[in-house]
Amino acid sequence: MKNPYLPYPVRIEKTVIETEDRNIKSFKLVFLNDDDCKTFDYTPGQFAQLSVTGKGEIPIGIASSPTEGDHLLFTVNKMGVVTTALHNLIEGSIMGVRGPLGNSYPFDKMKGKDVTIIGGGYAFTTLRATIVYMLDKKNRADFGKITLIYGARTPGMLLYKDTLAEWSKRDDINYNVTVDRDAPGWTGRVGFVPAVTEQVAPSSKNAIAVICGPPVMIKYTLPVMIKLGFTPEQTITSLENRMKCGIGICGRCNVGPEYVCKDGPVFSMAQLKEMPQEY
Amino acid sequence: MEYMRLNKKNMAVFIEELGRTCEVWGPVKEGEQVKYAPVSNATDMALDGFKNSTMSPKEIFFPQSEKMLSFRREGEDANIYRDEQAQPTKKAIFGIRPCDARAFRILDMIFKNDQFTDNYWFSKRDATTLVGLGCTEPCSTCFCTSVNSHPFDEKGLDVLVSDLGEHYLFKALTKKGRELVAGISVMREPSDANIEAHMVLRKKAEDVMTVQFGTDKVKDKTVLELFNEDCWTGISEPCLNCSTCSYVCPTCHCFDIQDEVSKEGGERVRNWESCMTWIFTVHATGHNPRPTKKERVRQRFMHKFKYIPMKRNGEIGCVGCGRCVALCPVNIDIREVVKQMNS
Repeated sequence: MKNPYLPYPVRIEKTVIETEDRNIKSFKLVFLNDDDCKTFDYTPGQFAQLSVTGKGEIPIGIASSPTEGDHLLFTVNKMGVVTTALHNLIEGSIMGVRGPLGNSYPFDKMKGKDVTIIGGGYAFTTLRATIVYMLDKKNRADFGKITLIYGARTPGMLLYKDTLAEWSKRDDINYNVTVDRDAPGWTGRVGFVPAVTEQVAPSSKNAIAVICGPPVMIKYTLPVMIKLGFTPEQTITSLENRMKCGIGICGRCNVGPEYVCKDGPVFSMAQLKEMPQEY
Repeated sequence: MEYMRLNKKNMAVFIEELGRTCEVWGPVKEGEQVKYAPVSNATDMALDGFKNSTMSPKEIFFPQSEKMLSFRREGEDANIYRDEQAQPTKKAIFGIRPCDARAFRILDMIFKNDQFTDNYWFSKRDATTLVGLGCTEPCSTCFCTSVNSHPFDEKGLDVLVSDLGEHYLFKALTKKGRELVAGISVMREPSDANIEAHMVLRKKAEDVMTVQFGTDKVKDKTVLELFNEDCWTGISEPCLNCSTCSYVCPTCHCFDIQDEVSKEGGERVRNWESCMTWIFTVHATGHNPRPTKKERVRQRFMHKFKYIPMKRNGEIGCVGCGRCVALCPVNIDIREVVKQMNS
C-alpha cells in the first residue's frame, strides 16, 4: 500500500529570485523517477509538502500548471526554519515533494463563465497556475472573459515578471497589474487592489471571482465584490493554516469541522460564513 | 458456538496456547500504574481489581514517538526519504475495556479517509486481536452510556469476555475472534446458566451506569451557535493548557512531524501533540488563529462532540473512559462541559 507520508525525490533544476527584497524565490523541480511524475496528477489550487532533509516539511501552493509540462514550480517566501533552509539549497540539490494535496479551484463551476482573478503580494502562486491553465490553448475556449487584477507594493515586488509581460500582450485576458504608489519607470496602474477592482468593475453575471492575498486586501476587496453583485457562492478564496500531515489526519489545520489541508484549501465565501474564523 | 467458556484455572493453558500463534498482551502493573504489556503467563496480569489502564492503550498502535522515514547524507540515495515501517508483530490483547476498543474504532475512521490511509496505524491494528473484558464495576469517572456506548459494548472488539467468577464467558464477535477462541483446547460449551449470568452482569452494569448527560442539543445547534456560546470563557478559565487530557485520551490523535538528525543522516518521526499548546496552530508569521486558552479549550470539546460527529456519521469522538476527568490537575470535568454545551 502507498505510504502517503513518503515524499517523492526531486531535483532543483532552477531557482529564480522573484522580488527586489530577495526574500521570495521560485524553485523549478524535476522528478527523479518518471513513475512519480505520472502519479503526481494535479489541478491548480492544490498544494504540496516540500521536504528538506533534516529540517522538515512546509505546505506550499503549486505555482505551475499541469499544462506547462512535467516540472513543478513553487514560490517560497523565506520565513521559518524550512523555508530558510530551502532558500539555501542550490540548483541540482535533491529535495522531497509530497502531494498533490487539497482540493483545487472549482474549474467545473468556472467552465462557461467569466473568471476574475484578484491577487495581492506573494499570494499569487496558485493564481498564476490558474491563469496559465485557463489561457492554455486546449482550455481557453472553456472560459468566458478572463480578468486579472494583481497588486504589489512596488514593481520590484511583483512575482513572475516574464509571465506578466507575456499576458500583458495578449488580447484574451483583461490585464490589470497595479502597484501601491508611483515608482520610477513604472507605466502601469497605481492604486490598491480594492480601488482598482472598483475601477475595472468585472461583471458578476455568470461569473466566478477567485481572491487570494493578505488579509487586509481581502477585507477591503470583499465589499467591492458585493457591490459588483458577486454572491458569496461566486466568490472563492484559499486558506492557509499551520499543517503537518496534509492528508486530513493529524488534526492541526481545522477550521471548524473542515480541514484546510484536505477539505480545502479552496473555499467559497458562502462556506466560510458557516465556519469559525480560526485561520 | 457464539459463546464459549473458559475455567479460570485454565488461564495458564489459554495464555500458553495463544502464545504459540502470537504475542499475548494483558494489563500489567508497573509501579502505581497499569499498562498493557506482553505477558508470558496468567499471573503476570493484574486482573484482580482491574479497572482500566492508566494511560489509554492507543500507544500500542500509535506510539508517543514513532519513526516514519529515514534518510542518509551520503551515498546514492543521499537526501532521499525511505520508508521505515517495521513489520508489526501479531498480537492478542486480553482485558481491553470496551470503551477503549470503541476508541480504536473511532481512530480507524480518523486514520483512514476517502483518499488516504495511515499505514503506520493500520499495520499494527490489523495484526492485533482484541479480547475485551466487559465492565462490571464502572469507576465514578466513567460515563460510557452518555456517549452512545455501554460497559459491555461490542463495537471494536473481536471477542467480548464476561467475568462470571469461576469462569470467563467468551463471545466471539469477528472472524479473528472466532479463530482465536477455536484455537484454544480448554474452551468448553457454556451452560444456559452461564449465558444467563452474563446477561445479568450486563444488565447490572447498565443499571449502575446511568446516562449522565444528553448530546441532542449539541447535535442540533450549528457549529457557529456552539462556537459562540458564552460558556467557553468560564470553562477554559482554570485550564493550564498542560495537555494531560490529550495524552491520556484514547481518541485524541493529533500529532506533530519532525526531522531528527545525526551526523550520517536522520529520521522523520511523529510525536503526540495537543491542541492545548500555543505552537499547535501558530503561523510562521506569528499570527495565531487560536491565540488564548479559550480558543484552544473550545477546540478540544468542539472537535470531540461536534466536528467528529458531523464528519463521521454521528459518531461521538469521546468514549466515556473518564481518564481526563480523573487526571486533570484543575478538575475540568468533560461531563460538566458537555452539559453546558447541551443546555
